[in-house]
Amino acid sequence: MSQAQDVTLTESPLGGPLPTGTGVTLGDGTAKQYRSLWSNAWRQFRMHRLAVAGLVVIVFITVACFVGTMIYPRGIDDIDFLMTSASPSSTYPFGTDALGQDILARILWGGRISLSVGFLSALVAISVGTLVGASAGFFGGATDGFLMRLTDLFICLPQLPLLLLISFLYREKVYRWADAQFGDGNIGIFLLIILVIAVLNWMSTARLVRAEFLRLKEKEFVEAARSIGARQTTLMFKHILPNVLSQIIVAATLSVGAAIITESTLSFLGLGFPSDVPTWGRMLFEAQSYFQFYPYQALFPGMVIFLTVLSINYIGDGLRDALDPRKTR
Amino acid sequence: MGRYLIRRVIISMITLVCISMVVFFILAAAPGDPLSGFGSNPNVPAELRQRLREQMGIDDPVPVRYARWATQYVQGNWGISYTTRSDARDYVLGRLPITLKVVGGAYLISLLIALPVGIISAVKQYSLFDQVATTFAFLGFSLPTFFTGILFILIFSVKLHWFPFIYDDTVKGFWPNLKQMIMPMMVLALASTGSLTRFVRASMLEVVGQDYVRTARAKGLRERSVLILHAARNALIPVVTIIAIEAPAVVGGAVVTEQIFRIPGIGSALVQGVNEGDVPVVMAISFGYAILVVIFNIIADILYATLDPRIKFS
Repeated sequence: MSQAQDVTLTESPLGGPLPTGTGVTLGDGTAKQYRSLWSNAWRQFRMHRLAVAGLVVIVFITVACFVGTMIYPRGIDDIDFLMTSASPSSTYPFGTDALGQDILARILWGGRISLSVGFLSALVAISVGTLVGASAGFFGGATDGFLMRLTDLFICLPQLPLLLLISFLYREKVYRWADAQFGDGNIGIFLLIILVIAVLNWMSTARLVRAEFLRLKEKEFVEAARSIGARQTTLMFKHILPNVLSQIIVAATLSVGAAIITESTLSFLGLGFPSDVPTWGRMLFEAQSYFQFYPYQALFPGMVIFLTVLSINYIGDGLRDALDPRKTR
Repeated sequence: MGRYLIRRVIISMITLVCISMVVFFILAAAPGDPLSGFGSNPNVPAELRQRLREQMGIDDPVPVRYARWATQYVQGNWGISYTTRSDARDYVLGRLPITLKVVGGAYLISLLIALPVGIISAVKQYSLFDQVATTFAFLGFSLPTFFTGILFILIFSVKLHWFPFIYDDTVKGFWPNLKQMIMPMMVLALASTGSLTRFVRASMLEVVGQDYVRTARAKGLRERSVLILHAARNALIPVVTIIAIEAPAVVGGAVVTEQIFRIPGIGSALVQGVNEGDVPVVMAISFGYAILVVIFNIIADILYATLDPRIKFS
C-alpha cells in the first residue's frame, strides 16, 4: 500500500476536506475540527523538529543571500590589498581571500547562484521526469516502451564524465552566444549548467511517477471519471497527478540538494562558472591551493554548502513523513 | 534464465551503442579542433598539418568518424592520447589499479559499517543508537566529497600530521601505501555509507514485522538467530542489488577525491583529459564508465533473481 491510495480515501465525496485523525470524535458523532490535507501535513511537518530547523536555516540562508547582498556594505569585487588572506575579524566577519576580497560578501552573492541553480535545475528535472513518467504510465504500450527505453539509456549514461565534458566543450560557445544575446555571458553559463544538471537527473522521478500512474489508472475513481467523459489530459493531470504529488514534492526537495552538490562539484573541478562568478564551489576551488595556510577560505564556503544540503535533506525527510497519511499521529 | 540473460545482454549492447553515439556526437559537435594547438604552431608546415588531418580523418563526416572509432574500439585500438602521445588504452588501463584499490577499499569499509549499523538501527527503531546512526547518515550524504576531503586534510594532515595528503605513487611497501590511501578511502566511504545504512535499515524494517519472523520467535528460537538467519537474510536481498547498482557511482565519486589527493587514477585522468581536450582518453574513460554501469546492472538483476526464488525471469 502506498500513500496515494490513502489520499484518495480521505477525499470526501462532496469534495470538501474530510476530518482526519484526532479532529473527529467518533463516539458522539460530532466532528470538532476539520483539517485539509495540507494543513494536516503542515501540522505533521512541525512535529519533525530537525525538518523545521532545516526550514529555518534554508529560509535564513536564502534571505541572507537575496536580501543581505543589498544591505551588506562590501561588494564581491572590492579589493583590499592591505588585507589579503585575512582571518575573520569585525571588519571582515569571514576573513578575506588571496586578493583581499571579502569572503562573506562573496558567499552571499555566490549563494544566489548556487541556490538558483539548485532550485531551477530541480524544477526542470522534476517537470521532465513527471511528464515522461506520466505519459509512459498513462498511455502504456508503445509510448511506455519507448519512453522507458529512453529512461534506461539516460540512467546508463556516464553522468559525471558527461557533465564535465559538456560544460568544458560548450562553455565558451554558450558564453559568447549569451554575451551577444543578453549582454552578459554568465547568463549563458547559468542556463547551460541548469540544463545539463536537469537533463542528467530526471530519470528517477520518471520511474517513480510511471509506477504510480500504472497503479492508479486502474483505480475506481479514475474509472468513474472516465465514465463521465473526462478527457485524457483531465484524467492525467486532474485526477491521477494530485495523488502522486506528495511523492513528487519529496523527490523534488531531495533533488535540490543533489543539484547544489553537483553544481559545486563542477565548479570545484574548475569546470563550472568562470572566476568572476563566486559560487560556493568556485570559492572552494580557489581556496584549494592555500587552504593549509588559510583554512577559513575553504571552511566557510564548504560549511555553507554542507548546511544548505543538510537542511534540504532534513526538510525532505520531514515532508516524506508529513505527506504520508499512514504516518498520521 | 538463459533466454532472459541473452535478451538482457542484447538490450545492453544496444544501450551501449547508443551511449557511445551520444558521447561521440557531443565530442564531435563541440567547437574547437584537436589539432588547434598544433595547428597554430608556426613551425609546423601547412603541408604536414594537412597530411596529419587527412591521416587522422578529422575532416570526414561525423558518421564516418564514428564508424571508424567504433570498429577500432572493438578491436582494442583506443587511439593515441593527444597529450601523453602514448596509447590511450595503455594509459587508461595503467591508471585503473590505483582507482580500483581506493574505490574497492572504500566500498568495503562502507559495507562493513552500513550492514551492522543498518540492521541494529532497524531492530532498535527510535532508540538512541538509531537516532545517532540516522544523524550520521544524514551528515554523510549531505557532506560533499570535496569538502570532507579538505576537512580531513586540515585535521589529519595539517594539524595532527597523521597521514600525508599528497599521494606519492613511488612509495614502496604495504604500510606507507595504506597510510596514504586511508584518507581518500575514508572520504569516499563517508559519502556512500550514509545512504547505504538508510537502505539497509528500511529494508530490514520491512522484514521484521513479517509473519514468518513472528513464527520464528514463536518457535522459541533465540533472538540472534531470528534476526540474522530469518530476518536479515531476506532483508539483504534488495540490499545486494543496490550494492551492485551503486558500485559505478562510487567510481564516479572517485573523480573528486582523486583530484583533491592528487591520486594518479582514472578520475584525475578524466579531469585532465577534459581540460586538455584529449578526446581519445576522455572517450575511453566515459565509455568505460558506461560499460561498468551496464555490467553492474546486469549483475544486480541476476543476483536479485538467484537470491529471491519468488522472482522469475520473464
